[in-house]
Amino acid sequence: MLKSLNIDPGKCTGCLQCEMACSYEHTGTFNPSRSYIKVFTFHHEGRFAPYTCTQCDEAWCMRACPVDAIGIDFSTGAKVVYEDKCVGCKVCTIACPFGTINYSQATGKVVKCDLCGGDPQCAAACPTDAITYVDADWTGYDRMLASAAKSLPSAEATA
Amino acid sequence: MSWTRKILRVDLSKGSCTSEPLNMEWAKQYLGQRGLASKYLTEEVDPKCDALGPDNKLIMATGPLTGTMASTGGRYSVICKSPLTGAIACSNSGGFFGAELKFAGWDMIIFEGKSKKPVYLLVQDDKAELRAADHLWGKSAWETDDIIHRTHQEPQMRIACVGRTAEHGCLFSAVINDKHRAAGRSGVGTVMASKNLKAVAVRGTGGIGNVSDAKAFMAATNDGKAVLAENAVTGQGLPAYGTQVLMNVINGVGGLPARNMRDVGFEGAEHISAEAMAEPRKSDGKPNLTTNGACFGCTIACGRISTVDPTHFSVKDKPQYQGASGGLEYEAAWALGADTGVDDLDALTYVNFLCNEDGMDPITYGSTVAAAMEMFEDGVITTKETGGIELTFGNAEAFVAITEQFVTGEGFAKDLGLGSKRLCEKYKRPELSMTVKGQEFPAYDPRGIQGIGLAYATSNRGACHLRGYTIASEVLGIPVKTEMNDTDGKPELVKAFQDATALVDSAGLCVFTTFAWGMDNIAPQIDAACEGDWSVEYCLETGERIWNMERLFNEAAGFTADDDKLPKRLLEEAIKGGPTKGQVNRLGDMLPKYYEVRGWTADGKVTPETRQRLSL
Repeated sequence: MLKSLNIDPGKCTGCLQCEMACSYEHTGTFNPSRSYIKVFTFHHEGRFAPYTCTQCDEAWCMRACPVDAIGIDFSTGAKVVYEDKCVGCKVCTIACPFGTINYSQATGKVVKCDLCGGDPQCAAACPTDAITYVDADWTGYDRMLASAAKSLPSAEATA
Repeated sequence: MSWTRKILRVDLSKGSCTSEPLNMEWAKQYLGQRGLASKYLTEEVDPKCDALGPDNKLIMATGPLTGTMASTGGRYSVICKSPLTGAIACSNSGGFFGAELKFAGWDMIIFEGKSKKPVYLLVQDDKAELRAADHLWGKSAWETDDIIHRTHQEPQMRIACVGRTAEHGCLFSAVINDKHRAAGRSGVGTVMASKNLKAVAVRGTGGIGNVSDAKAFMAATNDGKAVLAENAVTGQGLPAYGTQVLMNVINGVGGLPARNMRDVGFEGAEHISAEAMAEPRKSDGKPNLTTNGACFGCTIACGRISTVDPTHFSVKDKPQYQGASGGLEYEAAWALGADTGVDDLDALTYVNFLCNEDGMDPITYGSTVAAAMEMFEDGVITTKETGGIELTFGNAEAFVAITEQFVTGEGFAKDLGLGSKRLCEKYKRPELSMTVKGQEFPAYDPRGIQGIGLAYATSNRGACHLRGYTIASEVLGIPVKTEMNDTDGKPELVKAFQDATALVDSAGLCVFTTFAWGMDNIAPQIDAACEGDWSVEYCLETGERIWNMERLFNEAAGFTADDDKLPKRLLEEAIKGGPTKGQVNRLGDMLPKYYEVRGWTADGKVTPETRQRLSL
């Protein structure tokens, strides 16, 4: 079964535990500036939005890479960067429509979410379940359920 | 070890920025943040100095857990001698600034001297420089934050700055960071502005990678987070309702002061409560509360993000105040609301926005307006002084109008900016100032709740709920229930809370964790992060050492037992009605015992034996 990160911005409080967990997993430091997941604050709207790679099936970054430095981890479906091959040309960062693959000055390579090999630490650290790791076929399930419940105002949906 | 082991020293007179090693001997005795920075202050600053002169220093300090994955580990404090009280000041703030300073590689910044011209400090990892800030002087904290972000094209930069009130010399101005978090009390922002320092902008990319025992640290912090999540207060009450969960509770038990503490119990409490904030309003169907927000690393997320009703008189023609921003916390809702008799939630939210925008401590500001309102009703202050504003209790329009004047420094602002002690002295009604050591009370009436009266009277920074929050025990039953009107056992309770809080602050954690955490949850996190042995016992000893050190600073500044007192109103004017009817505070029954359990003399002096026991 393929799993995906499922992000519900409505539940996010902007605490950045996910950014610290991510940076700790990948660099051994608590360092939001090196996190592969970013929480954006929309001050005027009072909203927080965690944002990271969605692991496109037809990954633009992978296709754009001139040296085949981005491949697929078949255990998770994650698109991963092979550091030994990456030349830091940044073409992938141009190709990605979401901006979720980024160049790192610290390493001279690009970095992106690799789903932590199947145990994403951002989801583990999130205190409000704004980030969960679920069956990839059901990433919209919560919203679907909430929407269905709205059409039956008195019902408690239990699908 | 979690300390960066580096201090940034900024000499504003010379315009120099230098790096120096952290004194690790002191770090092992005073941990960090409040404790360690206060140690530096006591060693480097003459307690008798003019708080607004160049001899005072201003320290922004993180703790060893600031910037780590420990829940709530994002806090920093601003430490200096206070211009409001003349005592030691240490104001604690959340948001994201503290963690960023740590990521840039600094445990603390010590500002000394005074710049000839307005400047701001720019810190980018190990590079630090002072830049001209003439273009920022005269701007609000919000504008300053926006301009610096635009100048440096750096969205991740975190900024702490002062608003206009600090520039005008208001004695209770805050340092505002991340737009709506504040190192709020005792006028630390006023000291910053007195040095011509407008802002500190920090970007840190180094992170923290040196925790002493990483595996033990992750285990201890995960255990701590689970305890917070399962606790009713930190897991449910605070995220859903914020600290405002207290408004109806404290009013219900007869502990909510109103109208400059003339009354206890506020008939409008429910209109300005957490429950009211969640209620959809008629105009746009939205509640005052937009969402809750967290400070850095916090898994509680008590912060309120609110909007004002766009049709409300205060913001109707001001689209810039119609978006979401920092909403009411309990102490602010009380001081701006119950204490002024104003029960208009939208007016209070708007005034709260202005407090964030231009950096007033809402507790002192609300309480000072309340004292002015009492004098206005008594005819001591008239429309001549207020510029035509009918400053009566409960008048929301007047409150909004005087606040809009206040932030620009016009009209009655000069008087209100003195704080209630100097204001009431000026108008020859000193008994109407509800202060200890010149600092205003927060939202719990010491007549109804005895222990908090002792905590206020003995707080090292003047009246304050965050130096020994005995309300946890006296009202909420945490960790054990004590009776509100008992005085027995309160001296011991106050001491225990004061010492534990000093330690929590010094770690870089938030005191709200202690609704759920005991020292047995906190010590293992510090112990795993820091070198040395941070047992529960050593943590408590460290807290006690910090408390006594602060007391000694105040002693040297000229404070005596005579300053450990409450206003007459709280000792003599009995509560007129409600569940606590007939009560006054019995400070005299508690204070001698408190001095005794502290190991002080009968007149409140730290004994040589106590100094020796605590290595002071």
